Amino acid sequence: MAKKDIMTINMGPQHPSTHGVLQLILELDGETVVKATPHIGFLHRGVEKLSENRSYHRALPLTDRLDYLAPMSNNLGYVLAVEKLLGITDLIPERAKVVRVMMAELTRIKSHLVWLATHALDIGAMTVFLYCFREREAIMDMYEKLSGARMTSNYFRVGGLSLDLPEGFEKDVRSFIDAMPGHIETYEGLLTGNKIWQKRTIGVAKIDADAAIDIGLTGPALRASGVDWDLRRDNPYSGYEEYEFQVVTRQNGDTFDRYKARLDEMRESCKIIRQALDKLQPGPILADAPAVCLPPKEKVVNSIEGLIHQFKIITEGFKPEPGEIYQGVEAPKGELGYYLVSDGSANPYRMKIRPPSFVNLQALPQMVEGALLADVIAAIGTLDIVLGEIDR
Amino acid sequence: MSQAVVAKLKGAFPATVQEVKEHRGEVTVTVKREDIVQVCDFLKKEAGYNFLCDLCGVDYLGQQPRFMVVYNLYNITTKERLRVKVAVPEEDACVETVSGVWSTANWHERECWDLMGIRFANHPDLRRILMPENWEGHPLRKDYPLQGPGREPYQGRLS
Repeated sequence: MAKKDIMTINMGPQHPSTHGVLQLILELDGETVVKATPHIGFLHRGVEKLSENRSYHRALPLTDRLDYLAPMSNNLGYVLAVEKLLGITDLIPERAKVVRVMMAELTRIKSHLVWLATHALDIGAMTVFLYCFREREAIMDMYEKLSGARMTSNYFRVGGLSLDLPEGFEKDVRSFIDAMPGHIETYEGLLTGNKIWQKRTIGVAKIDADAAIDIGLTGPALRASGVDWDLRRDNPYSGYEEYEFQVVTRQNGDTFDRYKARLDEMRESCKIIRQALDKLQPGPILADAPAVCLPPKEKVVNSIEGLIHQFKIITEGFKPEPGEIYQGVEAPKGELGYYLVSDGSANPYRMKIRPPSFVNLQALPQMVEGALLADVIAAIGTLDIVLGEIDR
Repeated sequence: MSQAVVAKLKGAFPATVQEVKEHRGEVTVTVKREDIVQVCDFLKKEAGYNFLCDLCGVDYLGQQPRFMVVYNLYNITTKERLRVKVAVPEEDACVETVSGVWSTANWHERECWDLMGIRFANHPDLRRILMPENWEGHPLRKDYPLQGPGREPYQGRLS
């Protein structure tokens, strides 16, 4: 056999289609990828180490910055984990739970919109990008109304929510989800039947169910390979058991099926949000757990007891009893898990984050080896990675 | 249900299971370090824990043995979780790799080596993953300064 000339090329970390600072070392035989080696860590900020040195309340803003396209999902996982560690899960008021679900699903749509926009742009469909960002902007505005920030929301609190919904917010959400299914039709109209899109996605970066489980894929990437597993339905949290929705699965496990799965997931999210809006009743937004939750602002500014209460929680924090828990939530990209160890002090003794993108990226080499160089771009896009949470 | 798995595990490895704990409804089983691969293999094949969610190290500085390696398992069929832990002494911070049982362990173990300094024997590719190749020390160890080595400790408030 003739000797093969293998060429090694570098892709990233400053490459627009690597979705952040991902570096890939590709060994090519002509146009065919022989070996792909991802290099990560360029965005490592030591979130786990930092959180060991902060109280539980103060570690919360760090979680916004993990998957910065879906900050509220990260917040949700973290507050649920801390609540479980404290044993106050059952005390969370209904209104807080419903708002959490509503915002988590809006966040899912927001994250999937960026995925679709950039994925389509990467493989040549430019128009979709602008449409997706138009809709995302509406969600960003809602974020801003709700929390004051467009990306780093930091809106949920251990025990409930930081603020109640602003005036007219429900109306905004309702008009958004009324319009959203039509927008999804538009994206589908541009892509699904598009011959170029089909050629670039059908059969590309295929992975079967067993390989996907073995490598640890989660979320839509796993469900597109035919594995019917969604934490929202199977290990429900924050009241997800009360909502009716379909867990979208597809069978082929290729880029096209992952695309379809995510689009259908957005439709399901709209249904969940509608149910959440119908459920929403006035009521308290913080648990009746004075050792954990900050008092309402009126009490802080109008009474000395309230001020002392706030001061104590801010300066001392709260101390969960020693123990360890793991809480997983269905983030837009897959299972986001928090493993918390408490030693009885006010800081987490150990906080391990299981970021879905980190594990999903591990599947990249086996998806692209033997494929064409151009398919690497499609594979990175279809895995929907965010380097903020990979590198932490 | 998890208790049934623990009983099954105890039946199969009577000398291996050192401690079983339940906290907030989650079961944690501590097993002997030498048997971790057999235990994981058993849990995957006989008990259906086909998914390794997470693997990480915890540094209990000042205790003997110093480290714990934690395996968070999931059973996709019964939708149940189980946590397995092994104690790792500082002098011989090394555990057999489970990347032969679940491929996903590969990067998790690399991260654990990188940040916690626990080696994984027979690992196919044990390199640093988040920190640069030439980095000295393992940042998530409790005796590693927050500001990094060779710098003044942070004077402000953290909590």
